[in-house]
Amino acid sequence: MQLYRGHVLVCGGTGCVSSGSKKIQEVMANELTKQNLDKEIKLVETGCHGFCEMGPIVIVYPEGTFYCQVQVDDIAEIVSEHLLKGRIVQRLLFKAPVTEEQVPSYKDIAFYKKQHRVVLRNCGHIDPEHIQEYIAREGYEGLAKVLTTMTPQQVVDEMKKSGLRGRGGGGFPTGLKWEFASKSPGPKKYIICNADEGDPGAFMDRSVLEGDPHSLLEGMLIGAYAIGADEGYIYVRAEYPLAIKRLKVAIAQAEELGLLGDNIMGTEFSCQLHIKEGAGAFVCGEETALMASIEGSRGMPNPRPPFPAVKGLWEKPSNINNVETYANVPVIFLNGADQFATLGTEKSKGTKVFALTGKLRNTGLAEVPMGIALREIIFEIGGGIMDDKKFKAVQIGGPSGGCIPEQHLDTPVDYDSLIALGAMMGSGGLVVMDETSCMVDVARFFLNFTQKESCGKCTPCREGTKRMLEILQKICDGKGVPEDITTLETLGAVIKNTALCGLGQTAPNPVLATLRYFRHEYEAHINDKKCPAGVCSALLEYKIVADNCKGCGACARVCPAGAITGEKKEPHEIDTSKCIKCGSCIEKCKFNAIVKG
Amino acid sequence: MVIKSFEDLKRLKEEAKALTGIRAGQGVEIIVGMGTCGIAAGAREVMSAILEELNKRELSDVRVTQTGCIGMCEKEVLVDVVRPGEKRITYGNVQPQDVSRIFSSHVINGQIVEDIVVAKLD
Repeated sequence: MQLYRGHVLVCGGTGCVSSGSKKIQEVMANELTKQNLDKEIKLVETGCHGFCEMGPIVIVYPEGTFYCQVQVDDIAEIVSEHLLKGRIVQRLLFKAPVTEEQVPSYKDIAFYKKQHRVVLRNCGHIDPEHIQEYIAREGYEGLAKVLTTMTPQQVVDEMKKSGLRGRGGGGFPTGLKWEFASKSPGPKKYIICNADEGDPGAFMDRSVLEGDPHSLLEGMLIGAYAIGADEGYIYVRAEYPLAIKRLKVAIAQAEELGLLGDNIMGTEFSCQLHIKEGAGAFVCGEETALMASIEGSRGMPNPRPPFPAVKGLWEKPSNINNVETYANVPVIFLNGADQFATLGTEKSKGTKVFALTGKLRNTGLAEVPMGIALREIIFEIGGGIMDDKKFKAVQIGGPSGGCIPEQHLDTPVDYDSLIALGAMMGSGGLVVMDETSCMVDVARFFLNFTQKESCGKCTPCREGTKRMLEILQKICDGKGVPEDITTLETLGAVIKNTALCGLGQTAPNPVLATLRYFRHEYEAHINDKKCPAGVCSALLEYKIVADNCKGCGACARVCPAGAITGEKKEPHEIDTSKCIKCGSCIEKCKFNAIVKG
Repeated sequence: MVIKSFEDLKRLKEEAKALTGIRAGQGVEIIVGMGTCGIAAGAREVMSAILEELNKRELSDVRVTQTGCIGMCEKEVLVDVVRPGEKRITYGNVQPQDVSRIFSSHVINGQIVEDIVVAKLD
């Protein structure tokens, strides 16, 4: 075994790979060899750190120095200055967004400081393609404890005691789910992982799969033991090639060590795990559709009951949880349910990973204890709204969720409080919107997504969402009538009550939530034919303020429709009948002389 | 190897910990002066000797870091040893052949190698 005095961790998550981390790794390896440091410094590829916006991320241990947005040209300097001479390369450190202070250490960055990482405990800290690194951090010890000291019933009881609820969105108590499956009679049962993360902007499951695949395998094995399954499937979307690759490596390594397969750790317990690549239909994240897809049928949901715990995959009792849920399991059995339950609120235990996106200063993955206020997530971890604009709303739960306005930002985040606000935890996407977002347009965006992803099996979802979308389109085009609002509400309620599966039942949520909190915006579109945020182009008119216009002609030159005319050094004018409202003139004007409204 | 019991797993864990130990940030810290003066005085050779010693003794929790010039250039190569909770001891004019006894007496047993000490800091 070779010991090194330093470790250079280069992020190999999808985010950082897309910003060039593979090249960084290659150049770093060459530079280390060139400067004779390759025997002293170890280069490690890790999974995602969750701060993808600042990628490619490079961390140097033992100091724990956090370098961000590292470019190929910076590598020689990092090697000769930091790795050889021990001088930190100041200019590559993270700069705090408000104070502009440089933060040298990983653990002092505000984005991470407020977080409490349980599910993401290993992401970014270990090499996901080396099972030894997982084992070094207590990996597979929870499973060992379960297999050597506990009966399946005790495992179920411990899960119930932990209070863990499904992280895929519904929030159903995991222990109870396991109990149903364990009580279902039959020699053949399946354990299934839903890794078909489909919400736009959500990538917490991908991070776990890429950064810590063994925690998922360990969680599934504990679940399999509890319910009496000897075979399992991980249903992961084909759009996650890196996650699939790392899962395959992880499965092979676990099998080699006897941690997966027959007679695991020398016990009677055996379990095989397979990967099933999904073709990326959103509806396949619904459990019955997912199982249909594994069986080779078209991915369409089936009515429940019977629930999967009774009649699941190939009509055998099955348990299905999502990635984040399983990734919590090893921790529960390593430290005990009581320890786990110290985090969170009375009815929502543990932590939740959120994918922060939208108009925030810091975007990325944030894992926080349940019960934290949304305000803290958005303004402290997220660093507040970009460009000092005003916060308007946050969409939580993706296309199945709803938006939450400013006045409810102090609500503690847990399953039940979010439902009460007309949103839902969902898988944990948080899209933050500022004053320049039109809420009617936002509702239309999300409904457009679910409408396109509707599988078409049941009428309420297939026809209902289509009609709702048509009405929203009409409102955005300035052709809305006052009755449209009531029609939207009625349709929404009917779809919620009658659609076959979760996709349809939650599809109207974005519309209903925006109607609840931003009805005035709908009314402005319909009654005044105005879009208050200035987004819906049909309702906008571009005008030149004569007093500000210097007659420079820049706008006229850039206008693709030739709609702007005027004499040199005289105020110009826009011919609204020709204007296509592309906004090019506003971007070009240096004197703020063009307004829309 | 195949893990056949909890004990097997624990054994593997101890081995594996050596691979990632330095990321935990505990244990003894050894700081080598790597300014231009230090390098000119042979800090690279001292560093190599330290790493060799680490590997020979399989000390996975010792952190080896570097620092720049602290102004005592004539005493280079300077090597500091900091045991958790103890004084920071600076050794001066360190030669590669001194490294072994710094390890055996100070790093491992806490006995300062007095004849090459140049400073003791709290």
